[in-house]
Amino acid sequence: MKGGGLRAYAIAYLIFLYAPILLLPIFAFNSGTIIAFPLKGFTTEWFGQMVANATLRRAFTNSLIIAVSSSIMATCLGIFAARASTRFNFPGKPGIMGLIMLPLVLPEIIVAMSLLVVLLAIGVQLSIFTVILGHTLICLPYAIAILSTAFNSLDKSLEEAAYDLGETKWSAFRLVILPLVMPGIVSALLMSFTISLDEFIIAFFLAGNEPTLPTYIFSQLRFPKAIPVIMSLGTVLVVMSIVLLTIAEYFRRRGVARTGQKDHGGFL
Amino acid sequence: MSAPRFDAEARQGLAMVSPPLIYAILLLAAPLLTILAYSFFKDGYLEVIREFTLENYRAVWTDPVFHKIMLRSLGVAVAVTLATVLLAFPVAYFLSFVVKPERKALWIFLITIPFWTSYLIRVFLWKVILGHNGVINSSLTGLGLIDEPLGFLLFNVQAMVITLAHAYAPFAILPIYVALEKIDRSLLEAGRDLGESRLMTFWRVTLPLAMPGVIAATLIVFIPTIGDYVTPELIGGGKIPMIANMVQANMLALDNKPMGSALAITAMLIVTVVSLIFLFFNRRFLRVQQ
Repeated sequence: MKGGGLRAYAIAYLIFLYAPILLLPIFAFNSGTIIAFPLKGFTTEWFGQMVANATLRRAFTNSLIIAVSSSIMATCLGIFAARASTRFNFPGKPGIMGLIMLPLVLPEIIVAMSLLVVLLAIGVQLSIFTVILGHTLICLPYAIAILSTAFNSLDKSLEEAAYDLGETKWSAFRLVILPLVMPGIVSALLMSFTISLDEFIIAFFLAGNEPTLPTYIFSQLRFPKAIPVIMSLGTVLVVMSIVLLTIAEYFRRRGVARTGQKDHGGFL
Repeated sequence: MSAPRFDAEARQGLAMVSPPLIYAILLLAAPLLTILAYSFFKDGYLEVIREFTLENYRAVWTDPVFHKIMLRSLGVAVAVTLATVLLAFPVAYFLSFVVKPERKALWIFLITIPFWTSYLIRVFLWKVILGHNGVINSSLTGLGLIDEPLGFLLFNVQAMVITLAHAYAPFAILPIYVALEKIDRSLLEAGRDLGESRLMTFWRVTLPLAMPGVIAATLIVFIPTIGDYVTPELIGGGKIPMIANMVQANMLALDNKPMGSALAITAMLIVTVVSLIFLFFNRRFLRVQQ
């Protein structure tokens, strides 16, 4: 087979990438209270404890509210930005898009700290609402990246045909453009949702006393007794992420197929 | 003034981009400008005194603790970047040149999944692996290879480098892969036809053309790792802080916001300068190669 050595290396690399994550389910179902080999026996007790934990349930609800709100906000704002950057030329475009995409290359701690300082200075109470504001900001560039690909692949003549047939700007957008970019929108929503669900730094600094799943996990890591439950929670989170990403990937590919492009694969 | 049609388009474009732009100005540009302003203010007890001073910057630059932490952050980030980019290149090469086109999307999907799964959990898992009663120590004692758990695995800079290199591994593959995909395959054939060996073709054609991807990968890994907060907390045990932890401590625990702001701004400046130097050297490297 061509590139045998490279293939072996790539597979070894994949194993290295996944190995730590594979530990999650192993210890989530292990009845030993210490995270160590050899394994003791099979149990679902940790999952039971996880479901029974009131703080954890609260963290879960908070995380869901935050992820749903910020993914919708980021995708809506992203549609405007992606549409503007792919369809129109306007003065200051590189600078404007650069500012909007900046969180992609800015360490999250800087985003979190500067937002925190401003929120404290103007006297905003920290809550899940402030986390939503921060998450929208950092999900926005990812949403734009996905949506831009969707909008970029649009044939301008389709839109012009709609105008010629008497459609208004809005009805042309709704009837022609929106159905074509819909897979991209779904993909951007799911991606933003996943990012927000997993995000720690901004939630840690902007949530005040409200727990989210990642900040709850962080608070429990100090207690060795809590680790098995965290392993089961981690398992649930990773499974959720993989399912969401698989659906997002499915929609992305459908969008690619719908607009008749060649598939280059990947989100970035 | 340009043609009226352009004005209409420009107006439409600006109107279209204004919602996300306003959002970014309010929640990103304004806060960044605020910490920039804070960094020139004086710290009073529980409040910030709006009086211009360079004292914060003087304090930052002459503080040996800052020097030590900044150098450590740079060292960790450079080591992580080198490790991830070097390890990622063969994988990207494999993806671009060996994998069949219809299988590429699947491979990329597999590589990106760990990238999107909880960063915090991935970092914490390394603590589980390297810890006193962790996976490595318990396995080794279980097998009878060692009597006492190895103490040098966790809570040091090497452990932080391993954790970060693992956490940021997928970041490096994608940009290199994209650059490799763009290479015109006939150039490689031309190289071979002109009598170059495979290795020389790689060195003189593939590598220079892949350089933009390598640069992108380097920056994509370097910038977030230098600002990492979680790994020093968990893997370093809070005893070996990096610059993000120092900023956070000044902003919150010590409640010295001007000092924290000056630290953040200085760190961002240093990162920018390092990135620019790097870009400059690569531009030269590219020109020499051409």
